[in-house]
Amino acid sequence: MVERLAMPKSWRLDSKPHKFCPGCGHGMVLKVLGEVIDELAIQEKLIFGVDIGCSLLAWDFFDVDTVQTHHGRTNPVMVGIKRARPELLCIAYMGDGGAYAIGSQHLVNVAFRNEKIMAIVVNNCNYGMTGGQMSPTTLPGQKTETSPYGRDAKETGSPTLGPEMVAAIASPGAYVARGSVTNLKQLKKFMKKAVENQLAGNGFSFLEVISCCPTNWRTNAKQTWAFMEEEMGRYFKTGELLTAEKDEGHS
Amino acid sequence: MDKLSHEEKRAFMTGNEAVAWAAVAAGAEIMNGYPITPQNEIMHYWTRLAPKFNKKFLQTEDELSAGFTTIGGVLGGKKAFSATAGPGTTLFQEPLSMAEMMRIPMVLVVQQRGGPSTATVIYSQQEVNLVTFGGNGEGWRIVYSTSSHQELYDYTIKAFDAAWKYRFPAIILGDGYQAKMRESLLMYNPEERGILLVQPEVFVGKPGLPGRDRPADHLRNAFSVEEELFEAAMNIQQEYDKMAAEIVEADEQQIDDAKVVIIAHGVVSRAAVAAMNRLRAKGHKVGYFRPITLRPFPEKQLQAVAEKCSNFLLVESALGQLARLFKEALFNVPIKSFQTIYKPGVGITAEEIVEHIESHG
Repeated sequence: MVERLAMPKSWRLDSKPHKFCPGCGHGMVLKVLGEVIDELAIQEKLIFGVDIGCSLLAWDFFDVDTVQTHHGRTNPVMVGIKRARPELLCIAYMGDGGAYAIGSQHLVNVAFRNEKIMAIVVNNCNYGMTGGQMSPTTLPGQKTETSPYGRDAKETGSPTLGPEMVAAIASPGAYVARGSVTNLKQLKKFMKKAVENQLAGNGFSFLEVISCCPTNWRTNAKQTWAFMEEEMGRYFKTGELLTAEKDEGHS
Repeated sequence: MDKLSHEEKRAFMTGNEAVAWAAVAAGAEIMNGYPITPQNEIMHYWTRLAPKFNKKFLQTEDELSAGFTTIGGVLGGKKAFSATAGPGTTLFQEPLSMAEMMRIPMVLVVQQRGGPSTATVIYSQQEVNLVTFGGNGEGWRIVYSTSSHQELYDYTIKAFDAAWKYRFPAIILGDGYQAKMRESLLMYNPEERGILLVQPEVFVGKPGLPGRDRPADHLRNAFSVEEELFEAAMNIQQEYDKMAAEIVEADEQQIDDAKVVIIAHGVVSRAAVAAMNRLRAKGHKVGYFRPITLRPFPEKQLQAVAEKCSNFLLVESALGQLARLFKEALFNVPIKSFQTIYKPGVGITAEEIVEHIESHG
């Protein structure tokens, strides 16, 4: 029996310790999410959707009704549930591959339609579950299993700026932010505001989280932290890109 | 108002319109779809009926989204369906495979068009392979192949019931001819006929705090090890087999003294029946057999036919897709002769069948 200690109440105890690699960022993101679930008391009406990739390891993570879907298809499944049962709260949880590559058409259209769901994208610059291939957010020059000499932007494009893209096409009422597991206080603030935005029925809520994959990055703790803060931080700026309040001025 | 107000109504309409009305009659609450010919009018009629009957509709960005949002609606506890054709049926294999593994009773109407690729928007019977065994799995679907507007209406209602009773995805397999032509049918409210519709149930978002008042629902389709999957797959197969005995359907006529049996499904079976009647009138002993469920396939019924007469003429608007199911059902059953009329993407008339039998015997 695992002792609860500092775990959020919404965490399911008998699926702990969790299945993510040592040093993985998912645990931190899910802890922040767990705290927000507790503080906003939404456990009873929350439906958690997890994508394929490392995200799927969260399929039994919470004492929350959870649906593990297909790669890239968590957004549409959550849209289907939300439209069928608007009183529920739906959070789609996925990686950068699921959101920006195989599921990008869904993300774009969910944003255009301003679906009243929330999407969390855990960005770790690679496909972790499949063994560290290049992903839409792999940084220029970054070595992965399918870009062994470093990502060449001329050949494979530049890293996807997800929140920037979503903010550019979102409608009034949408909430768009990027946080990082290197700043959990800020991440929690964004997470809470994103959930509250759905609670208020304002529009699509989108949160990217800068995260890490020490297993595939082959980095130690210091290098992992530095990569997130320096390399990723240089390219992916944290902050709120769109909030319901900020949007009020638009016509 | 969410029910049909009329008890019974004779109508003259397209098959697509009949499907939309049947979905209302079946108690469907949600349709999510993506435009593709020849199924579009199902969406057109549904969106016109929707406000009157308090129904929901979402036009999605593609068929993947149509399938997965439909799955979401079902998980939310609503009867939900979609409709597609051709390349859309290809894309639908992904949501269908998730529905098979997770026992999600989504309903899909497939109005077959020509294939492969974009081909024609008109007609074929070339989506049999896809609807029966498409996807990375074992074909855990229910497939009703209809031959008339009345059947489109009847089997749409039946498909929702079978899907929700047995928790397998259900497909109504029509085609562009059935979709677009007008013919008469009797529309009815099934409940006023004493048909008790199976009620939908909520998968996620039930009352109570998960972990305290009830266990949380953790629904998945991925497994960590081979044995876990093996156990899950064998359980599903067992339940599929059990269901098969209860829902399998076939139609047959004039088998007892037949010297030749025409095999066909869907709209082609109408040509088969007409040909049989004309040949009978001329003194030829011809029978006919038609699988109505293509999955599960009426194997025993077909084997019983083969015991009486095993000179077969198989007729389909495809290059042997029905024939593949037919041969599997008769594996190791001795048959005397097997002839075919394969016309991929083209309709088949009674005259062609009559001529074939008169010239080939």
